[in-house]
Amino acid sequence: MSSIIITSFELGAIYALVALALFISFSLLNIADLSTDGCFTLGCAVGALVTISGSPLLALPAAMAAGVISGLVTAVLQTKLGVQSILAGIIVNTGLYTINFMVMGRKSNLNVVKKDTIFTLFDGISNAEWFHKGSKLIIMLIIALLICAALNWFLNTTLGLSIRATGDNENMVKASSINPNFTIMVGLCVSGSLTALAGALIAQYQKSADINFGTGQVTIALASLMIGQTLIRKGGILKKTIGVVMGSCLYRLIVAIALRFNLPAEALKLTSAIIVTIAISAPYVKSRIAVHKRQLEVRRNA
Amino acid sequence: MLDLEHISKTFAPGTINERKALVNVSLHLEDGDFATIVGTNGAGKSTLFNAITGAFDVDEGKIVLGGEDITFKKEYVRSRVIGHLFQDPLMGTAPHMSIEENLSLAYLRASGSKIRLFSTISKKDRDFFREHLSLLQMDLENRMNSPVGLLSGGQRQALTLLMATMVTPKILLLDEHTAALDPATADKVLELTKSIVSERNITCLMITHNMHQALELGNRTLMMNGGRIILDISGEERRKETVQSLLERFKIEAGKELDNDRILLS
Repeated sequence: MSSIIITSFELGAIYALVALALFISFSLLNIADLSTDGCFTLGCAVGALVTISGSPLLALPAAMAAGVISGLVTAVLQTKLGVQSILAGIIVNTGLYTINFMVMGRKSNLNVVKKDTIFTLFDGISNAEWFHKGSKLIIMLIIALLICAALNWFLNTTLGLSIRATGDNENMVKASSINPNFTIMVGLCVSGSLTALAGALIAQYQKSADINFGTGQVTIALASLMIGQTLIRKGGILKKTIGVVMGSCLYRLIVAIALRFNLPAEALKLTSAIIVTIAISAPYVKSRIAVHKRQLEVRRNA
Repeated sequence: MLDLEHISKTFAPGTINERKALVNVSLHLEDGDFATIVGTNGAGKSTLFNAITGAFDVDEGKIVLGGEDITFKKEYVRSRVIGHLFQDPLMGTAPHMSIEENLSLAYLRASGSKIRLFSTISKKDRDFFREHLSLLQMDLENRMNSPVGLLSGGQRQALTLLMATMVTPKILLLDEHTAALDPATADKVLELTKSIVSERNITCLMITHNMHQALELGNRTLMMNGGRIILDISGEERRKETVQSLLERFKIEAGKELDNDRILLS
């Protein structure tokens, strides 16, 4: 049982970065960026490629840079070329499929076995038995929390505040002499870099990259985000981002438990879809039930 | 301060919905002029403001503000020297961000082109904001970390006024900014507006549907109809006008009654 918890939290911490990316684009900028799936695979492909070449540490910033470019293209489509945001994401996602193939040398998967990864490097620090069991979780939690801290700083700077205001009230941003096109661009670049970073980490964690690794990521990340926002409703950016990480870990735990009931592996996506639906609709359904209860009460008293 | 030279704007030209919103409008405002604007529904009052702020580009004409031609400047660039308040008190602030964060964004206009992207709100900024907020006498200076969405409409409008004037704008555009507030709050926001505008001698245009306000506030009264300014009175001529005589003059100039469905005559 404890191994299930450790594994789900490892995965949860990695995929939390995608959820944090959506926290920026979906929650803060109020943009449904559907390029997530392709961007994740791009990070995976670039990360795997650089890791295979023998630079596991360099793989992470390289993947992030690729993610920035992906975010930049999505942003340019919607701010400079007038493409609707949801379409811009879909277009980039479609185009990335070919790009990802090309990055992986026209193969649908890459093997990273027997190469150093940040996980093997970190594991080599100590020989203790407990450390070997938990080293992956420790390094991932460190990375996830560092990103939370970095986002907390960034989103409270002038630029970060402008990004947050863009999703909250674009008119007010314009009135404050800030170009909303610029803030959307920066926001989507940061968001893309986090998604791609998660892809690179998954490539190192799974010791492989596959053209289909990204499929469905946007739904899963949305589920994690919703669970995280339900867990922590109030507070500053730091609290909210940590909530998202917790949401992602909890989501992975729910999935792991669901799979324990001998569900076939292909049921994973349907399970995700159901969890997302529950997480998003719960507050609404709750309020409807409250109204119905009152109606019944009024009728009974009449 | 402000010069509009023959500006025109037609929406949806060449279609069945074509509407001439502004027709050859020229207007000159001196430094410190405070003009009120009244007019029928759809007379082009708000459109005139949107032309000045750059929400759309005009089809013809030239807009000069403070000696600078801003006709083709982008909206966010113009906003550095323009304050704009709307009737809807929710328009001017970001509801999910705190009072302090809203103020710090408005204060960016002070930094001109050298915006320091990675600076955070300092103690000095906070003290400055607190000092400004205390002018409102709404106890907001002690709630600087509350989300703006929790404030009442009047408080939000007062805050928006503060944000629009914290860095003195070259022109302040007030689009019926007290119309959606309850009478007591509206009075308070109006008093605040008067004191800020007169204290700092801000050039100001104010749309109103209150005929008394139109004659009492400021030093000029403009009347608009069908995308044109049909009446522009000031000085002795303005002092002699009453609400009734003004309505009659409108009827003569426009060839119809002033039929604004929200007009207040008393």
